[in-house]
Amino acid sequence: MKDTTNLGGDQAVIEAKGLNLVFQTADGPVHALKDVNLTVNRGEFVSFIGPSGCGKTTFLRAIAALETPTGGTLTVNGMTPDAARQARAYGYVFQAAGLYPWRTIAGNIKLPLEIMGFSRDEQDSRVARVLDLVELAGFGKKYPWQLSGGMQQRASIARALAFDADILLMDEPFGALDEIVRDRLNEEVLKLWARTGKTIGFVTHSIPEAVYLSTKIVVMSPRPGRITDVIDSPLPKERPLDIRDSRAFIEIAHRVREGLRAGHSDE
Amino acid sequence: MSRVLPVLTVLAGIVVVWYLGAVWLNSTWVYDQAERAGTTVTLAEVIPQTMAQERPLLPPPHQVAAELWKGVAGQAVTSKRSLVYHGFVTFKGTMMGFALGIVLGVALAMSIVRFRVMDMSVMPWAIISQTIPIVALAPMILVVANQVGVQDRDVPKAIIAAYLSFFPVLVSMVKGLRSPDQMQLDLLRTYGANEVQTFVKLRLPASMPYFFASLKVAIAASLIGTIVGELPTGAIEGLGARMLIGSQFGEPLIMWAALFAAAILAGMLILAVGAVERFARARMGVPA
Repeated sequence: MKDTTNLGGDQAVIEAKGLNLVFQTADGPVHALKDVNLTVNRGEFVSFIGPSGCGKTTFLRAIAALETPTGGTLTVNGMTPDAARQARAYGYVFQAAGLYPWRTIAGNIKLPLEIMGFSRDEQDSRVARVLDLVELAGFGKKYPWQLSGGMQQRASIARALAFDADILLMDEPFGALDEIVRDRLNEEVLKLWARTGKTIGFVTHSIPEAVYLSTKIVVMSPRPGRITDVIDSPLPKERPLDIRDSRAFIEIAHRVREGLRAGHSDE
Repeated sequence: MSRVLPVLTVLAGIVVVWYLGAVWLNSTWVYDQAERAGTTVTLAEVIPQTMAQERPLLPPPHQVAAELWKGVAGQAVTSKRSLVYHGFVTFKGTMMGFALGIVLGVALAMSIVRFRVMDMSVMPWAIISQTIPIVALAPMILVVANQVGVQDRDVPKAIIAAYLSFFPVLVSMVKGLRSPDQMQLDLLRTYGANEVQTFVKLRLPASMPYFFASLKVAIAASLIGTIVGELPTGAIEGLGARMLIGSQFGEPLIMWAALFAAAILAGMLILAVGAVERFARARMGVPA
């Protein structure tokens, strides 16, 4: 919750210029990302959407320094992704909650804090704060198996928020959940974003999810993985669930669908 | 009750077969005696005589039970005839070998998971080591230990026990330490965790279920190793020595009582390991 004065400012947080990433596999090289240019500004909610193999997850992993680009430049907060990691620039949420079954929910959220060397008192107060943020207050002493899938994923978001990174990277975080739970968590993520002012990178398969959440939608297509369209959403920041029936929403969804189709036509 | 009944049924079946076997095997001696005395005996006369021989081929259960009781409760626990005394000697050897086996197994597993070259060089030898019959190896370990000036008889025994017990620990720990998936490793990378932190926070706790599963096998293997280690020591102390004495002096009752004492000891050790495992699981939040 720092730098709130910069909210809505136009500082680039993530900048990719001519980014290329080629995996060497047994079947020959795979072009996972080709000439990707993208600027994400502070406080934006950016969704990456596209079919499997379009490189959306690879791009997110490259931002998190989990993959190394083979060409071009990529900076996070003006640093290399590796340096940004050391500066605790981002929290990462995976598709599966990946909570340690041998730790309580509070213990799981403390995991990054222990590794980063926060004091015990600091750990406790941060755990209490992020549990509150994801509306899991009172569940700290429970074990993961005692929670539903949606609650587990909320706990994993709390874990990513615990060390106050400015950027939250989410890789299909709700992909494994049913649609009713997904709708509610989408609403909660928007609230969380409004309250914390973080920059969010969000990978998804779902057009409604992308349009509902984002201020910027990046449409990608496969073979080679590349960006085919970048849509700046005109939707207001306040978004009740029924905004999805509005004309503006449907128009953006249509453009996303067109972008996805265009990406497929040249196969 | 529903869990006890099948066990008791099997036990009753074993006892019946055992008694039948005792009558069949021990009757040979009764018939021989009768033939030498020039008399004939009926089956009704034979059966009671197969139940109380001094050197039966197969002692019936009640004779073994009586001998076992005599060995456990009928002696001072410091007596050389006490099965408690010998059992404790074997227990001590088992625990030393068990501890040594755990340390060895875990240490090897850690280095195998960490260093690829260890995986390629040590693992095949660990497997080969288990194909060598321990009865052939045990006397050599004893002789070598004596040659290099180790007077304490416990040391070679512990080495033999550890030789058997390190293996299940090693195999399980390699699997356990490798059990975290890529996503969990990636998660720690995003925190900038170093190798030690990854080991302590993720690999080690993730390996615990594998570790405890291996302990039950390891403790049984350690007990067998200890008993084998006691056999060729000149039969001085321990349940293995007791078995050897019974065999050498033609006292089957001593042998059988020692055998059952070893089985009971094994049962108690496995129960104890199970209790430690349940305690650890509860501490780690695993549902019962």
